[in-house]
Amino acid sequence: MTVLKNKADTLSVNRRGFLIAMGGAGAGLMIGSSLIGKAAEAATPATGAADVQFNPFVIVKPDNTVVVLSKHLDKGQGTASGLATLVADELDAAWDQVEVTFAPANAALYNNLQWGPYQGTGGSSAIPNSFMQYRKAGATAKAMLVEAAARRWGTTADRVTVREGVLTHSSGETLAFGDVAAEAAGLPVPEDPVLKTPDQFTLIGKEDLPRLDVKPKTVGAPIFTLDVKRDGMLVAAIARSPKFGGAVASFDATEAKAVNGVVDVVQIPAGIAVLATSTWPALKAKDLLDIEWDFSAAETRGTDRILAEYRSLAGTPGQVFQQDGDSEAALAGAAQVIESEFTFPFLAHAPMEPLDVVIEFDGKTAEIWTGSQLQTVDQYVTSATLGIEPTDVKINTLWAGGSFGRRAIYDSHIVGEAAQIAKALHLKNGGKKQPIKVQWSREDDIKGGYYRPMYVHRVRAGIDAEGRLVGWHHRIVGQSILTGTPFEAALVHNGIDHTSVEGVMGSPYAIPNFTGELHTTKVGVPGLWWRAVGHTHTAYVMETMLDEIAAAAGKDPVALRRELLKDSPRHLGVLNLAAEKAGWGTPLPAGKARGVAVHKSFESYVAQVAEVSFDAEGDFKVDRVVCAVDCGVAVNPDNIRAQMEGGIGYGIGHALRNEITLTDGEVDQSNFHDYEPMRISDMPTVETHILASAAAPTGVGEPGTPPAAPAVANAVFSATGERLRTLPFSKRSLG
Amino acid sequence: MAFQLKVNGDTRAVDVDGDTPLLWALRDELDLTDTKFGCGIAMCGACTVYVDGFPTRSCVTMVDSVGDSEITTIDGLEGKAAEAVQKAWNDLQVPQCGYCQSGQIMAAASLLAETPKPSDADIDAAMDGNVCRCATYHRIRAAIHRAADMMEG
Repeated sequence: MTVLKNKADTLSVNRRGFLIAMGGAGAGLMIGSSLIGKAAEAATPATGAADVQFNPFVIVKPDNTVVVLSKHLDKGQGTASGLATLVADELDAAWDQVEVTFAPANAALYNNLQWGPYQGTGGSSAIPNSFMQYRKAGATAKAMLVEAAARRWGTTADRVTVREGVLTHSSGETLAFGDVAAEAAGLPVPEDPVLKTPDQFTLIGKEDLPRLDVKPKTVGAPIFTLDVKRDGMLVAAIARSPKFGGAVASFDATEAKAVNGVVDVVQIPAGIAVLATSTWPALKAKDLLDIEWDFSAAETRGTDRILAEYRSLAGTPGQVFQQDGDSEAALAGAAQVIESEFTFPFLAHAPMEPLDVVIEFDGKTAEIWTGSQLQTVDQYVTSATLGIEPTDVKINTLWAGGSFGRRAIYDSHIVGEAAQIAKALHLKNGGKKQPIKVQWSREDDIKGGYYRPMYVHRVRAGIDAEGRLVGWHHRIVGQSILTGTPFEAALVHNGIDHTSVEGVMGSPYAIPNFTGELHTTKVGVPGLWWRAVGHTHTAYVMETMLDEIAAAAGKDPVALRRELLKDSPRHLGVLNLAAEKAGWGTPLPAGKARGVAVHKSFESYVAQVAEVSFDAEGDFKVDRVVCAVDCGVAVNPDNIRAQMEGGIGYGIGHALRNEITLTDGEVDQSNFHDYEPMRISDMPTVETHILASAAAPTGVGEPGTPPAAPAVANAVFSATGERLRTLPFSKRSLG
Repeated sequence: MAFQLKVNGDTRAVDVDGDTPLLWALRDELDLTDTKFGCGIAMCGACTVYVDGFPTRSCVTMVDSVGDSEITTIDGLEGKAAEAVQKAWNDLQVPQCGYCQSGQIMAAASLLAETPKPSDADIDAAMDGNVCRCATYHRIRAAIHRAADMMEG
């Protein structure tokens, strides 16, 4: 594992602002550029040195275009438009003069303020960590533009107002941003610009503010890594070990090299890479490689065996992560104990865009084009592989066709493999710069590991004769995502990986006696955070257990939650809103049922009521989900709704039928025919209601996912009495 | 070997092996990168183009099977249904990551050209082959209804 140190980065912020010649970022929309917004339609040529950068986040162009630099990757979650909204509001820009592009990789300027010295996107943190930073960037630029306009008019700043991108003097005279940008950038930077009060917001919270990236995405615009083409570029496909941890023993590339278009085959630490002049020959030839693998260090267990081991461990005491009161005594004295075991499979993220990266290496510097989600780690892994300084790794972050966590990789293996190939070719080619695109197939992706890990939960909950919850014993078995990664220090404490227990630990439910235990297992299949991370299994267990308890106690599931959440007002807020909007308690037609779940993740509170209907064979379909969310200040309400819709679809889709299984260490699934994604016919209608809030904004990319599957499972129970404790639901006929 | 492909009204030459999927000929040889790669086995619809007007998975359509057929990519998509679909997609802010959307739009425009007032069941049947991992399906359904209304109006 590469040790991550945040060495001094190249670009420093000039306290008096700075003028820069805009190269890539100002060059209009072209293949490999990430600029989105006004330029997508106009494709205005760059105007060179006259573009004015006010601070790391705001550029004003002579034609009045405001370019916002997004330090975060946008992989569909709407962050780029969200950050642009924050700047534009404080700047009082008109929305149609705003563009957004991705910031360069530079942790000194663009680190995630929740993570310390790393630039990266994840944990639904983009808007929360940037909320004040981007507003301040907009407000600073505005103050400087106002001052410049005042000086131009020979007046004082209080005589200048700004509205929709126009500076207006009290006499009625006007100036555009571009007219005074150069002067403004030379002025002192105000330390504490006055920020708006919420009642002054014009764009934050505005309904129907279109995302800047939607229009280009309706014409198939070439904005993704897949679309990058460099002069003389070779496309690489990599054959990786079919068992995790295996290595190449020997290989024969004769057949692969015979494919028209294949120019080279190289061995790298990750496997065997085929290089071709275009994509198809590379993908085709990769499958023609004859490789002997050495599996001596590989994981060779199948998932059946791993599951049996996990179930056995679930019967033995684990490491305690939470102890309140005496759960054993409480359970011993309980009138009724409900004991349930839950199993969760490995899950692949399977973002729509198969993984891809473009790299160029000239011996001293490397340039990368990819949907980089952890730019700092990508820089360090590339630098370590190539033997250059991290600051000599330039990253062009591009729009990503989904991620769900898959592009945020603690070992940066996607770019790392590209760097391995670049290094091998550099040596072979005598130092010639060779652009390379590494293209993953869907099979590479499905079989490639970095899954949501398998977990087993075993829970015993006790109620007294009056149906009151008296004790809870909760045991979790599964591998740690973070141990052995650069994130271990921050998120693994005393052997407890927070991501294994989040959502159980510190449950808001008023449980008088609670014990939480964890068994951290060793598995050779790499695990990774997957949309909502630990909450993907913990919320399921907590919320379906609550319904089991409600049934045992003869209580209504919503009523029981209200009782146990009486000191958690924000949980109650979303629970009550979702229940009300869904008509909880009102009659449903025969063959239909409702289920509820409420869960906080990434500091956002979400409750959902799912409605399911059954056909004559007993199969069910999810018809409707009513969702209530409290994410603090709603920056882009329509995008919040979109993220709830998508999060619900992601949660339900995988719960319905997705699992990655292994036989003797090899992944059984390979593509969308046997890891079949949710389709439109599976998708419920979704109604999202956003609680009005003045609290600081919290994330929305992930929190919609955790309650979706348990709400559906609770609806199924309500209708049939059947408990779905083994995921995915497609296993239900197997018992 | 050289093939003449009729794409978006033009005849274009590509020099590839006959077993090359049309998807890669369009993308890598003709720089028509608006058609995307999702699965390579016709299970996701990201690569949807029209061949003689029919929505077709270009990832499993080999170049040597295309012959004189007219190929239409999203770059060449036109007509009342296509315009309505693209406008509705924008009005309802359908895309999230956007990667599958050119395929979704090709499928939706084809549906509306055949069935101007589709029911939810018609939409589900016509669009079930187009995967969206962001699960924008709820808005896709609504946007197709919106486009149908626009075409009527």
